[in-house]
Amino acid sequence: MGTTLAEKVWESHVVRRAEGEPDLLYIDLHLVHEVTSPQAFDGLRLAGRPVRRPDLTIATEDHNVPTTGLGQPIADPVSRTQVETLRRNCEEFGVRLHPMGDASQGIVHVIGPQLGLTQPGMTVVCGDSHTSTHGAFGALAFGIGTSEVEHVLATQTLPLKPFKTMAITVKGQLAPGVTAKDIILAVIAKIGTGGGQGHVLEYRGEAIRALSMEGRMTICNMSIEAGARAGMIAPDETTFAYLKGRPHAPQGADWDAAVENWKSLVTDEDAVFDREVVIDASELSPFVTWGTNPGQGLPLSANVPDPKDFENEQDRVAAERALEYMGLTAGTPLRDIRVDTVFLGSCTNGRIEDLRAAADVLKGRRVADSVRMLVVPGSVQVRLQAEAEGLNEVFTAAGAEWRGAGCSMCLAMNPDKLAPGERSASTSNRNFEGRQGAGGRTHLVSPQVAAATAVTGHLAAPTDLAGEPALVNA
Amino acid sequence: MRAFTTHTGTAVPLRRSNVDTDQIIPAVYLKRVTRTGFEDALFAAWRQDPGFVLNQPERAGATILVAGPDFGTGSSREHAVWALNDYGFRVVISSRFADIFRGNSLKAGLLTAQVDQDVVERLWEIVEADPATPVTVDLVERTVSAGDLVAPFDVDDYGRWRLLEGLDDIDLTLRQADAIDSFESTRPSWKPRTLPVLS
Ligand code: SF4
Repeated sequence: MGTTLAEKVWESHVVRRAEGEPDLLYIDLHLVHEVTSPQAFDGLRLAGRPVRRPDLTIATEDHNVPTTGLGQPIADPVSRTQVETLRRNCEEFGVRLHPMGDASQGIVHVIGPQLGLTQPGMTVVCGDSHTSTHGAFGALAFGIGTSEVEHVLATQTLPLKPFKTMAITVKGQLAPGVTAKDIILAVIAKIGTGGGQGHVLEYRGEAIRALSMEGRMTICNMSIEAGARAGMIAPDETTFAYLKGRPHAPQGADWDAAVENWKSLVTDEDAVFDREVVIDASELSPFVTWGTNPGQGLPLSANVPDPKDFENEQDRVAAERALEYMGLTAGTPLRDIRVDTVFLGSCTNGRIEDLRAAADVLKGRRVADSVRMLVVPGSVQVRLQAEAEGLNEVFTAAGAEWRGAGCSMCLAMNPDKLAPGERSASTSNRNFEGRQGAGGRTHLVSPQVAAATAVTGHLAAPTDLAGEPALVNA
Repeated sequence: MRAFTTHTGTAVPLRRSNVDTDQIIPAVYLKRVTRTGFEDALFAAWRQDPGFVLNQPERAGATILVAGPDFGTGSSREHAVWALNDYGFRVVISSRFADIFRGNSLKAGLLTAQVDQDVVERLWEIVEADPATPVTVDLVERTVSAGDLVAPFDVDDYGRWRLLEGLDDIDLTLRQADAIDSFESTRPSWKPRTLPVLS
């Protein structure tokens, strides 16, 4: 019997296998940021242990960094301490760091691919659940906790029990204006926030093959929102073309050797997945969330659901609470929901294509007076690229705020926050209670929907705008 | 890591599903660089509501949390486990845990006991009827008991062994240093490095 992509990558990283014990897996790349690492470095210091492979480790500052007043010290003393702690730790342990102000600084899951460090067939970990993003390259990439961060720093390995595998086949083609974000929101609504538990999801099918690397990253990014350990997409010519020439991509003869190896990273025809889910891309339309977990989503054309219509008791209770927290009434058309803030950014949708897609919608239009729109590029490089293309001017001319790179309002650890009761349309990945600020209410959307919402002041798709622009798939 | 064999204490019924780690500990508390002192952060937003179950006087001193399905979803923050530990919890019982949360708990000596949802419902009834009911979680026998209820719970063998022994994962792995060395010697040379390596 053949093996799946996930199993192939797993098998090629087993350092040690023993009966009754987890496999010891080698880690090719360890990404580090300021929030989940201080206690891990402390642990090393206490035990007198070095970082085993600083050359397979890289750090950046992202979660706490302000996105205005760049170049100033961080005003919040607690955030500043955390960032300074990372700097000290990286220096002491010899780990390369991209600090604020560095040309390669940015959200950890944006800079790995951008630098060409994320490559097919690798194992990638980070003390951050959205490490699943890197699976878009055919890497086995997953989030870990701080104790595991310490474990990887000390040993470059992790003891792990094998994951189960799930195929998510997205067949057919997306309609114009429907994006990778809509696919993944629909997948999570279908399988539920616990549906992927214990599994690695492999996304396949025509609609996935047609996506750019950026769209693939958006999909893999949110695998964790379906409870999965990781998401993966088999590498292909799109992947190789994206990697070629990046700073850390192999060169010359090494490139040829690497590509030959990468081409073998596909699920065998006769491989069996533990579970299979099929979705028809042609039936998808722009998707938004109405509740307080990412599985509580519906097409934009739907109405706020009535909790009474949920068959399962837990789902009904959860929906009741969600509507109460979100301040929504069952039966309201989703399009009638007015928002105060639009956030375009995060490791889900803060890359250059996302900014281009939103700028296409905003060009020649104005953000509604009642709306504040923040545009936060995922990395310094994305920001510079956008500025080179003049996208920043489109945003500012429309009345949006053009910011520096970081996680920003995705989790509100820096000053970018929702006030209690404020409502946002956000291109990030989590609509949990208080995620974007205590009492804040979040609707997850694609960059295109975010931009159209900013213009109209209520949840909307580009097709709702007068003199609608040419639609592009992203 | 402290060892865990069996534990008896009172329990808190948390009648919610999808308790994500942003609820267990909101992001503002993640700025600390220490590993302890997170007790004030546990369920910080919900605790502002005087009616929240943790604020009920009869729940003071409870050490076992009984929650709805999909507990610990979302962010990988191990701070969620530290906050539960610091508050005094030794065990969380649920019918389904998020994977990363479960892994983190194991590293920090917090037992996550996975039971069927009807066991969760019965536990809720029992400890709501009498908050003083002692609940016993026995890792040796893999059972949870309260009143006349005795039910098995799920925990993987290796994790159970490590908890029972209180073993440090890193020490265990470092015993395999030879295997790691030999694996490294076979890695393809084109795999990326973050630093120039002098050799
Ligand atoms: S952008 Fe949001 S989800 Fe992504 S790493 Fe930052 S905080 Fe986490």
